[in-house]
Amino acid sequence: MEYILIFIAAVFVNNIVLAQFLGICPFLGVSKKVSTALGMTGAVTFVMILATIVTFIVQKTVLDPFGIGFMQTITFILIIAALVQMVEIILKKVSPALYQALGVFLPLITTNCAVLGVAIMVIQKDFNLLQSVVFAASTAIGFGLALTIFAGIREHLELVAVPKGMQGSPIALITAGLLAMAFMGFSGIV
Amino acid sequence: MNNFKVLTNGIFRENPTFALLLGMCPTLGVTTSAINGMGMGLATAFVLIMSNLVISLVANIIPDKIRIPSFIVIIAAFVTVVDMCMAAYLPSLHESLGLFIPLIVVNCIVLGRAEAFASKNKALPSMLDGLGMGLGFTLSLTLLGTIRELLGSGKAFNFPVFNENWGMLIFVLAPGAFIALGYLIAIVNRIRK
Amino acid sequence: MGKKLESNFMNMVIVLFAVTLIASAAVGYVYTLTAGPIEAAKQAKQTNAIRQVIPGEFDNDPGADIWKMKTPDGGELEFYPAKKNGEAVGTAVKTYTNNGFGGTVWLMVGFNPDGTISNYSVLEHKETPGLGSKMDFWFTRNGKGNVIGKKPGTHGLKVTKDGGDVDAITAATISSRAFLDAVNRAAAGLAGTADATSGATHQNQ
Repeated sequence: MEYILIFIAAVFVNNIVLAQFLGICPFLGVSKKVSTALGMTGAVTFVMILATIVTFIVQKTVLDPFGIGFMQTITFILIIAALVQMVEIILKKVSPALYQALGVFLPLITTNCAVLGVAIMVIQKDFNLLQSVVFAASTAIGFGLALTIFAGIREHLELVAVPKGMQGSPIALITAGLLAMAFMGFSGIV
Repeated sequence: MNNFKVLTNGIFRENPTFALLLGMCPTLGVTTSAINGMGMGLATAFVLIMSNLVISLVANIIPDKIRIPSFIVIIAAFVTVVDMCMAAYLPSLHESLGLFIPLIVVNCIVLGRAEAFASKNKALPSMLDGLGMGLGFTLSLTLLGTIRELLGSGKAFNFPVFNENWGMLIFVLAPGAFIALGYLIAIVNRIRK
Repeated sequence: MGKKLESNFMNMVIVLFAVTLIASAAVGYVYTLTAGPIEAAKQAKQTNAIRQVIPGEFDNDPGADIWKMKTPDGGELEFYPAKKNGEAVGTAVKTYTNNGFGGTVWLMVGFNPDGTISNYSVLEHKETPGLGSKMDFWFTRNGKGNVIGKKPGTHGLKVTKDGGDVDAITAATISSRAFLDAVNRAAAGLAGTADATSGATHQNQ
């Protein structure tokens, strides 16, 4: 039950993009086509879960016991950057097909604030390892959901005559606003 | 480019928010009030100036292949310093900005300027570039924060402007952030042309 | 500008190590400078919250006399007794509820020795801005749903919709119920231990 609550809260109620404003850059950047949105989601899910596990273990076994919690930001961002590199190298060797699909998105993930955000959030929320993994996976799914819906809308938007001044990012942001409004309907269920 | 142009470049011509669309997460996330927007902008400006300065000084002794990781470490160090100083001396602002302070690390503006400007220029212009970009960012965040606060709760910088019952709540909430920024960018685009 | 250092393995390891070392040392140094003020700021926040909810003067340090109590759902209440010349003038209770519209709400509620509410302060909430967030002032003496001076006792306060006598925040009944839930929890905890104190058994932690 507890895990279901974490899942629903992370996917719908506190959606990482539409309610918490993390990961906005890829949300606006790679959401022009549904297929790229799905690719990005795959890459983010993979890195987010992996990064959360590693940073969680490092926090509990290194930072906390030695009382150097102030090194959190530096440590976490280095771990994430290193992980992204490693995933890229391993993926290239092991599964070229998957690398083809996700490769171009991987370098973008280091500066995806959602990944670092989730790693810090699970520490702040005092989750245990399993809860953290569920939270990271759910957040990634929430990210994917928002991204895919948004990409779907934007594909249609291309065919519509948007007033000249609103073309491009203004209309995209306002669409995102309406989507956020729809997601507000979920607030209060958990 | 002379130094003055470097400074104003970030504020107007290449304003990080309105022209480059960088650093969107804090732009949308903390601008529920003018004060929050300004605080976030100034914190980011400080990190930008300091990291630009340090990176311009050490860029020569850093081998190319580990450029990005080294830059990230330098930036993260300054972010942590800002984080701790704010927690110590401005606890209430620190609380309302919350997670977004450590996340300055992954703000694309900071790494972007380190890579595009500071690593190729001398110390003084790099600092001015950081200052210009930082002020540009602060300006847009304060502007967006003021608009949202005014429309959402009828106040500006916490001073009541309209009466108590005024307010389109939606502008303080998440959707209002997107919508207000959307219109603001449309207006700015119009003016710039 | 000078020549760039070559990207060979040794250079990379040494430079990256040096950068990290210097950065860590700098951050560590700032940490030692700010650790004190950060602690003081936290302390000040707590003392302010206590001072705000206890109306009278007190001369002890309620933070030092703190005692805690586990709640059935796994949470914890903190009690800060305020005394003047050794005599109790009230108790500030740090309490919470999980029933808020946006999750957990943390309150500091002050009680007079007779069990009536002397004041409260909202420490943390994630309620809807402009609706549930009005709890900051709604339940104060000048607010529309005044609870100050009321005595929750063991049966607790309720909103009018539930047959009680507290006016809920307009359009935010859930937040109002949550607020009262936290207040009632504090009152019940205080009442429960007040009985226990006659046996002088509650432990200081």
